[in-house]
Amino acid sequence: MADDTRKSGKREEPPDDEAQLSARLQRLGERIASANRPSENDVGSRQGIDTSAFARGFRLSTELVGGVLVGAGLGWLIDRWLGSSPWGLIVFLLLGFAAGVLNVMRAAGVAPQRRLDD
Amino acid sequence: MTVDPIHQFKIVDLFPVAKIGNTEIVFTNSAAFMLLAVIALTAFLILGTSKRSLVPSRLQSAAELSYEFVATTVRSSAGHEGMRFFPFVFTLFMFVLCLNVFGLIPFAFTVTSHIIITAAMAITVFLIVIIYGLYRNGFHFFNIFVPKGVPIYILPLIVAIEILSFISRPISHSVRLFANMLAGHITLQVFAGFIILLGTGLGVIGWIAGILPFLLVVILFALEALVAFLQAYVFAILTCIYMNDAIHPGH
Repeated sequence: MADDTRKSGKREEPPDDEAQLSARLQRLGERIASANRPSENDVGSRQGIDTSAFARGFRLSTELVGGVLVGAGLGWLIDRWLGSSPWGLIVFLLLGFAAGVLNVMRAAGVAPQRRLDD
Repeated sequence: MTVDPIHQFKIVDLFPVAKIGNTEIVFTNSAAFMLLAVIALTAFLILGTSKRSLVPSRLQSAAELSYEFVATTVRSSAGHEGMRFFPFVFTLFMFVLCLNVFGLIPFAFTVTSHIIITAAMAITVFLIVIIYGLYRNGFHFFNIFVPKGVPIYILPLIVAIEILSFISRPISHSVRLFANMLAGHITLQVFAGFIILLGTGLGVIGWIAGILPFLLVVILFALEALVAFLQAYVFAILTCIYMNDAIHPGH
């Protein structure tokens, strides 16, 4: 962009003309405004975070695995402390799976985000 | 001759630093690259902001660009109040980005391909969210586990699932960065290894056929450069989203 304007400035006459200069300034202002606009529109959304499909797929899979792993780990710990083997592991593995699915749905934007209050 | 794709992730002890009890604290190649990243980033930002000229030099422009980029990310996902975490998010982003990019240099060590590094960062974020959330909202903070409009008989189950979902955050947060870097570097090494295997196995024909995996390595390297940036960005933006939970009690 900068190169472009510099080149055209050299080729033509120097911008001593007031109207030409103000027109250029206006064009620059418009370009800056249009460049700034998209960042204000997507406030708080999770879409547009993962630009490539690979990153998106990877993100969703780690969300699911994370939930299952946490459930299994917690269940195993509870079994160890309370001696309730194998019920803690079974229950928490299932809960962890549910949490993983919830994570995936949130990451994909299917389920609403977690919020305080509302 | 075989190429071991895992060899590049080996931690090498450089020199011992201290000894606590029976545990020796050793300066490793991983620590060396982290130190290098910190020095490079500090030099980049100090040199970039030292002149503060109206028409920025290339370095100043790059420093301003990185500030603007992270500031926009923080504002758009955690709101204006999220800017109080800007120094933290900026540090994380630049550190991860720098480590990822250093890892792309041939023979360099990729620090972010070790889960202990990414897990330490993710757990730090996790603890900050909990501590700041409790400090700011008190016990009101626990309301994030209790969604509104759920029938009372199903609520205990939902709360349990929400808590597990919350605890699983640092895992997916850290595994994503670590696994991306690990997988990418192994793939690169395996395909580069094909060239050697073909060349030593089949002679001249092999070296000519090696052009194909070589082209693939070039393409993969471009992809890896993208992934290095993208994963640093994803790490930063997820940090912002998690911080948002701690900051915003309303809406």
